[in-house]
Amino acid sequence: MTIRNHLHPKSLTDLFVTFTVLSLQGFGGVLAVAQHELVERKQWMTNEEFVEEWAVAQIMPGPNIVNLALMLGGRYFGFPGAMAALAGMISIPLVIVLLLTAVYGQFSNQPAVIGALRGMGAVAAGLIIASGLKLSSSQKSNPLGIPLCIILGGVSFVGVALLRWPLVFVLLGLGSLACIVAYRNLKP
Amino acid sequence: MTTPMLLMSFSDWLSLFTHFLLLSLMAVGGAVTTAPEMYRYLVNQQHWLSDTQFSSSIAIAQAAPGPNILFVAVLGWNLGVNTGGVAAALLGVFITMTGLLLPSTILSYLAASWGHKNRDLRAVRAFKQGMAPIVISLLCATGWILACAHNNPARDWPLWLLTATATVVIWRTKIHVLWMLAIGAILGGVGLV
Repeated sequence: MTIRNHLHPKSLTDLFVTFTVLSLQGFGGVLAVAQHELVERKQWMTNEEFVEEWAVAQIMPGPNIVNLALMLGGRYFGFPGAMAALAGMISIPLVIVLLLTAVYGQFSNQPAVIGALRGMGAVAAGLIIASGLKLSSSQKSNPLGIPLCIILGGVSFVGVALLRWPLVFVLLGLGSLACIVAYRNLKP
Repeated sequence: MTTPMLLMSFSDWLSLFTHFLLLSLMAVGGAVTTAPEMYRYLVNQQHWLSDTQFSSSIAIAQAAPGPNILFVAVLGWNLGVNTGGVAAALLGVFITMTGLLLPSTILSYLAASWGHKNRDLRAVRAFKQGMAPIVISLLCATGWILACAHNNPARDWPLWLLTATATVVIWRTKIHVLWMLAIGAILGGVGLV
């Protein structure tokens, strides 16, 4: 067992504000920003813990990042904490997206706006890949062993990114295989 | 297809709500995976939204900050607008968002609490650590798919270069992501990428 010695949210307000701030930075997806804010800036969790929580958030139904907020908020402050994190994640971005919807017609044809969104989209894609690369360094002591981690990761990547397999098949198929091997390799 | 003008009855709203409750439980691997089914239901089956409204809803939510799930709120908003008025639009947002979030939220919260209480069980540790390399790789795959949405090499190579540069810079340095997003917006805004 590793020694878990890191910071934690101070209050419900702290949770709400943190999740609002990270949600507002998430263009084209919030996960990459979540890793940056929760692990690197706030230091509420390590990369290893982040990946473990993310695995659970991904396998549960519903939006992954919302699940992650619920789990983390609930960990520290029970149900109220889960609701504070969820509200932070959703409420202010919801107002913004509805305002954007209301004015969308006037800006949807501006070349500068379209171009800026293209540019931000390209950076957002890089951001997501970069957080995957950062998190991969947390797998050195995975009970599966490094070679099997690389094989599983490689097959998932090829399947989803290149062959466009449905996500569910990869999570359930390769996932259950990986869990069985991990179970055998972990000491009882 | 033109924008539909709707008269939504109570039972229509109820059917919308129950449909989204079901979708919530089907959304394993992210809410976006249910978008095709939402399209089938809202556009093809019920004719509550036009094809253009559906795709622009997703585009707006992608462009705005916040979780991708907010496209569901925009769908609800546009549906409400089709029946006329801001009040109906807000009702639409409320129904689609609560419908999509309620079941999955309860389930995830309960599962996570159980998992945390039993975090030292061999099976729980095996699950989390076994899934880890796969979910990390899925993250890279998501970024790859987003980058490949623009797939004309002659025209899009500056975009790909920007994605590759952003990947390396964010991976290797401690630069704040907002700076990189701002650089991307400027390069795109002046037409360089």
